Amino acid sequence: MNAHRPRLISFRNPWFSASVGAISLLFLFSAFVGFVWLPSAQDDALFKGLLNAICSAAGRPGAWLGEAAPAVPPKAPVSSVVLTPGMFDGASAGGSIGRGATLALRCTMCHGARGVSAANTPDLAGQYAASIYKELRDFQSAARTSAIMAPMVVGLSDQDLRDLSAYYAALPRDGGSGERKMQPVPTIVATGAPMRNVAPCESCHGDMATKLGAPWLGLQPRDYLKSQLEAFAHGGRHNDISAQMRNIARNMTPDEINASASYYAGNR
Amino acid sequence: MISNKRLVLAHFWLAFAVFGVAILLGEWQMFIRSPLHAWLHNPDLYYRSVTAHGTVMGYVFPTLIAMGFGYAITELALDQPLIGRRWAWAGYTMIIIGSIAAVVPVALGLDSVLYTFYPPMIGNAFYYIGVVLVVVGSWIWVALMGINLQAWKRAHPGAPVPLPMFANVAAAYLWGWTAVGAALELLFQILPVALGFSNTINAGLSRVLFSWTLHAIVYFWLMPAYIAFYTIVPRAIGGRLYSDTMARISFVLFLVFSMPIGIHHLFADPQVGSGFKFIHSVFTAMVAVPTLLTVFTIGASVEIAARLRGGKGVFGWLKALPWDNPQMLALAFSFVMLGFGGAGGLINMSYQLDSTIHNTQWVTGHFHLIFGGAIVIMYFAIAYDLWPHLTGRAMRDLSLIRAQLWLWFIGMIVTTFPWHYVGILGMPRRMAYFDYSAPGAAGEAIWVVMSTLGGALLVVSAVLFLVILYRNHSACQVEPAPFTFSKAIHEPVSLPLALNGLGLWVGLMIALTITNYGYPIVQLMGLPDAKVPAVFVGAK
Repeated sequence: MNAHRPRLISFRNPWFSASVGAISLLFLFSAFVGFVWLPSAQDDALFKGLLNAICSAAGRPGAWLGEAAPAVPPKAPVSSVVLTPGMFDGASAGGSIGRGATLALRCTMCHGARGVSAANTPDLAGQYAASIYKELRDFQSAARTSAIMAPMVVGLSDQDLRDLSAYYAALPRDGGSGERKMQPVPTIVATGAPMRNVAPCESCHGDMATKLGAPWLGLQPRDYLKSQLEAFAHGGRHNDISAQMRNIARNMTPDEINASASYYAGNR
Repeated sequence: MISNKRLVLAHFWLAFAVFGVAILLGEWQMFIRSPLHAWLHNPDLYYRSVTAHGTVMGYVFPTLIAMGFGYAITELALDQPLIGRRWAWAGYTMIIIGSIAAVVPVALGLDSVLYTFYPPMIGNAFYYIGVVLVVVGSWIWVALMGINLQAWKRAHPGAPVPLPMFANVAAAYLWGWTAVGAALELLFQILPVALGFSNTINAGLSRVLFSWTLHAIVYFWLMPAYIAFYTIVPRAIGGRLYSDTMARISFVLFLVFSMPIGIHHLFADPQVGSGFKFIHSVFTAMVAVPTLLTVFTIGASVEIAARLRGGKGVFGWLKALPWDNPQMLALAFSFVMLGFGGAGGLINMSYQLDSTIHNTQWVTGHFHLIFGGAIVIMYFAIAYDLWPHLTGRAMRDLSLIRAQLWLWFIGMIVTTFPWHYVGILGMPRRMAYFDYSAPGAAGEAIWVVMSTLGGALLVVSAVLFLVILYRNHSACQVEPAPFTFSKAIHEPVSLPLALNGLGLWVGLMIALTITNYGYPIVQLMGLPDAKVPAVFVGAK
């Protein structure tokens, strides 16, 4: 072996020193501009001082407007339920269907013996457990108001609500969705109104796609759907998280409210 | 002499077959969201199509091209049989299995997450597993390229590595390292949720990891095109490569600067600090260096060819170029598209200017012009050049080839220029339908129609391309002259260590990954409240 054999990783190798040197300079220069110079041009207390500038430019989380006035409290109670995927998985969290069936005796008067009734109340048979659970919790906290439902849920424990949700979710849905599928799908249901910021109903509530917490609307009573959409539109109902349904219903025309309610109601 | 013709042909044909299917999906998407068609009543069909189109065009098609071309280069440039042929077939098989595993659930509507995965959206696990298999299959190729080069180096100590193989291995190492980001995201973030082990996901960290792959993958797509620029075109048009050294420097600079720049895809993401965004913006700008080096070197090489053919004058030599030669035509079209695409890219890479076009159709126009235009047209050129050597049959459809290249060029310009324009007007991308009756969007309708027509030209061109390749298999048999790569004016006799191996540059690539990605990744990993609930595709 030659004693003067050139080495790649050595500052005697001009390729090594030039490339490493140039790239280091480039990095230091861009780091100086990005972490020191540009933040110092911000007229904001968060960026004042060298350490603050560097930390904020590095992406350290900080409370923005941390010392400003507290958030404006809502005029009416809003839903405090947090739904996460999988929160009804597992033996106790998922609820006991049998216990739920016993508890449900108090519901049968309006919602029917098997979760279906002709009384213009929502059909509960086959409804998603997460949706039932959320509404029951909202009735308890008065985020959703109802003179009938409020006394019904007083005194029910969280486990009771989970059991009830599990029971109704386990019941078979009213078998008539075939008829609805034969109808033409209204535009508002399939495509929404993009320029008015109205998402398609189907993107959360439908056969096409569902989102956690959004109830299944198939074969709900027409009057119920219409009254709820109108209540959202006028703000009378306000337990939708982040005002999602209020913002949608407010931007729907009366015709669209009728069309969507009729579509989901099917023949009812 | 290629002894593994079946292997190379299998890669190319599979690549072009899936390309042929995916381009139909692309044109259908353009048509369905244009004013020529009523609103799609099931937008999920659109997103299924986008997912399949992106997965095939982004992962499967270019990877197969790079692999097939790489296997051909190994034998042609090193003049030795490919080591690890069985492994190569194993990698190919993994890509087939992975592609099927990925595309079936997408077609069933279980994975409408788009090819960028978009966590916290989570689909069926088979899609992600399929993508992982495709990546692992391609890693076999990465390893084989390195092994073959090392074997050659041992047999030829101190001899200069042939430029095509040098570039090919640079591409392989680039891919090997850049795919790590998406692999980490899939294995440690997405798959645990998709398989049901967790219901929450660190979406910000996932997106940072994906950006590690997302930009450098473009340079991996680009590498075969650049190899063709340097090692095929000058020879095909009767010229010489202006500078072998310049070529090597370009390839190693791509290796260094491709990686530490991906956060420019996340300029609008709140989880990354502005300082890192700025650094990535600066390093993205550095990609202009190897790009302009290439434009200059190839421009000079082409001028040499023209002057050898009797071209005179400052610009008069342009007329002396062999414009009827498909390689010349493809190169010219590729450079024009690279020029416009690169100019548009200056907007995307700028931390400040990006905000005007972020997530608009401008971005879609940009990467279709660069990838679908400048790069894919060179894939065509590579296929046209290699095909007679693979099939042993004459490529006689020269006028058809010229028509195909012209159609692709015109089609791509007509498709992407209006796309850029409506992006500036603010048209968002990844939408299944637009309300063209709204006053704000009415003016965009005509441009979207034009873009759709451009897409139709591209479909015609793609069909023509497949027909030309297919017809060659039944053309008359010839004994093609031995395949050669371009010769440089000054053939390298001895090279500095740094340009005869990739060690230094791979080291810099990894070092810059650590400086530019290390802190954001570690910081996001340590944030206790960064996990968000997964949003499952369909119902759960």
